[in-house]
Amino acid sequence: MRLVIQDNASEVSDWAARYVMRKINDFGPSADRFFVLGLPTGGTPLGMYKKLIELFKDGKVSFKYVKTFNMDEYVGLPRDHPESYHYYMFENFFKHIDIDPKNVHLLDGNAPNLEKECVEYEEKIKQSGGVDLFVGGIGPDGHIAFNEPGSSLVSRTRVKTLAQDTLEANARFFNNDISKVPKQALTVGVGTVMDAREVMILITGAHKAFALYKAIEEGVNHMWTVSAFQQHPRTLFICDEDATLELRVKTVKYFKKLQNDNIGPSDTLNDAHFSPCDGAQGKTQYALM
Amino acid sequence: MESRLVQFVNCRLLRDHSIVKDDFWVRNGKIENPEKLFFDEKVQADVQVDCQGAIIAPGFIDLQLNGGFGIDFSHDIAKVEEGVAKVAKGILAHGVTSFCPTLVTSPAKLYHQNLPRIKCREGGAHGATVLGVHLEGPFISPQKKGAHPIEYIRTLDEGFQTLMDVYSTLDNVSIITMAPELANAPAVVKELSNRNVTVSVGHSMGDLRQGEIAVQHGATFITHLFNAMLPFHHRDPGLVGLLTSDAVPEGKTVFFGIIADGIHTHPAALRIAQRTHPAGLVLVTDAISALGLQEGTHQLGQMVVEVKDSHAFVAGTTTLCGSIANMIECVQHFAKATGCSMVTALEAASLHAAQTLGIERKKGTLQFGADADFVLLDDDYTVRSTWISGECVYKNPQYNK
Repeated sequence: MRLVIQDNASEVSDWAARYVMRKINDFGPSADRFFVLGLPTGGTPLGMYKKLIELFKDGKVSFKYVKTFNMDEYVGLPRDHPESYHYYMFENFFKHIDIDPKNVHLLDGNAPNLEKECVEYEEKIKQSGGVDLFVGGIGPDGHIAFNEPGSSLVSRTRVKTLAQDTLEANARFFNNDISKVPKQALTVGVGTVMDAREVMILITGAHKAFALYKAIEEGVNHMWTVSAFQQHPRTLFICDEDATLELRVKTVKYFKKLQNDNIGPSDTLNDAHFSPCDGAQGKTQYALM
Repeated sequence: MESRLVQFVNCRLLRDHSIVKDDFWVRNGKIENPEKLFFDEKVQADVQVDCQGAIIAPGFIDLQLNGGFGIDFSHDIAKVEEGVAKVAKGILAHGVTSFCPTLVTSPAKLYHQNLPRIKCREGGAHGATVLGVHLEGPFISPQKKGAHPIEYIRTLDEGFQTLMDVYSTLDNVSIITMAPELANAPAVVKELSNRNVTVSVGHSMGDLRQGEIAVQHGATFITHLFNAMLPFHHRDPGLVGLLTSDAVPEGKTVFFGIIADGIHTHPAALRIAQRTHPAGLVLVTDAISALGLQEGTHQLGQMVVEVKDSHAFVAGTTTLCGSIANMIECVQHFAKATGCSMVTALEAASLHAAQTLGIERKKGTLQFGADADFVLLDDDYTVRSTWISGECVYKNPQYNK
């Protein structure tokens, strides 16, 4: 596991976008060898998408041979509803880049048979060779995708009934009318994300500090589902200073030292010497705590 | 018609009453919804067009155009089809993609001969769409005849029957301008609106009450506000009072044409109209045969007109008889005179005109599913190019690309 700490949320976005770009370009995808990217929605990754669009427009990365799988989607929400994740992904990312719509995958919350939809989604991930890099965010309660507290840590893609907390938290996106918040969602499972070859989790803001502490300093716990990634061989947490507020000084210093010793500041990401996760040499980069 | 899927990029769109940075998708002559193309059809564009930062606005719609380029629809009877076609082609350069050829007060035999020959016609490279004829008169007030020949002005003695006797047909007719104070007018208005003809009040000595009765019977438009009607008086507001009338049925909008050529309507009057009833304002050119021609003497209906210093007069008088400003000049002048936003100016020349005719789902809008009739503009309202059904029908030679 690795923790990268940046000064603020904007630098986190920047770093994450450059990291995704780097992974795609190093992979060198082609018509018969696609790079498979898992993608989140929400406020935290928005900056990353903006930056990726810039990088695309500057000709530094192409998504022509990239397949994407999104984490989750509400059940029963019209696809063009401004709160649907289809809408989010289209407006904030897909319409601005060169990705072929045929390579984009999102769970269909309006499918006639939701369980079948979930099974088929897992199947599609498998058929595309598995996810190379799964990018995620987390909630203040440490959930990843819609794997809310109490979810099984080996769960697969499935229909989830949302917790009351989540409904209340999301009411603000539905005119503060909790009755309009979808009660169910389709989500990849913790196990689905665990299968990815690499996982990058974005955490920003003081309100997520406790979740980050639970994720990396406490034990693996299904009440903080993101903590499961401690057991993933290649997990990268990328956070801002605010999100470290609940961490021990020792933890922060340890990872900052790693960062300085091994990779330097984030702006060297373009540097050819930087290869934080390539190959299996994750000795220092992925030092287990 | 362009059957490939075309994506216009690097542009700003007039959509949902604001100008937004977005791409614009067109296929088979219609405006497409990119979200559906992406998720349902999973297709990418066949062609991309770089708009170089231009604004894409709905094509302009001129509800009142008497002619242009030497053609007068009311006078050049022998070859009226050719005349309409010539004007339809010429106004593409002004960003106009649809229009209503307008016939001024004429003898019955002219209507009998001409009306069946001015057919509604889809636009294209050959010219702007002909939406239907605007019949301005002959059921108007002799005291407010403007440039109309007084000898052909009629009353509605036998009501709708008289109207049909004079016109002979309402096929291909979109708008009829009449004076609401005429005897039998309310019943005729009602009959016309039942037949989906837009009734406009104008060339009238009518007071507000008479205007309101016409509106209650189905009239939805006022012909060239301020011109050829009683001036606004605070105790007797006349037809101008319809802009703020409380007798207009709920949910109904009274639209009004206005000639923003800088001559027919004083800038202060433009501002009064724009600020009191912005949702109803429709820019019309009311242009005559001299549109696009040099100064000199020209024919308008049965009369001779004289063009001098950008003004068109009934020859030998000081009576204005129609404008010679084109639509984009009217939009420019209107925006400048009222200080309104670009959205307001552009919608006055497109959306509101479409709403007047009840065709706002197809024309005057860039909503998905609407006809791909649009114009590429600079921020200073210069027309770069004009498109009908997704096909480029005019390209400004200044923008060689």
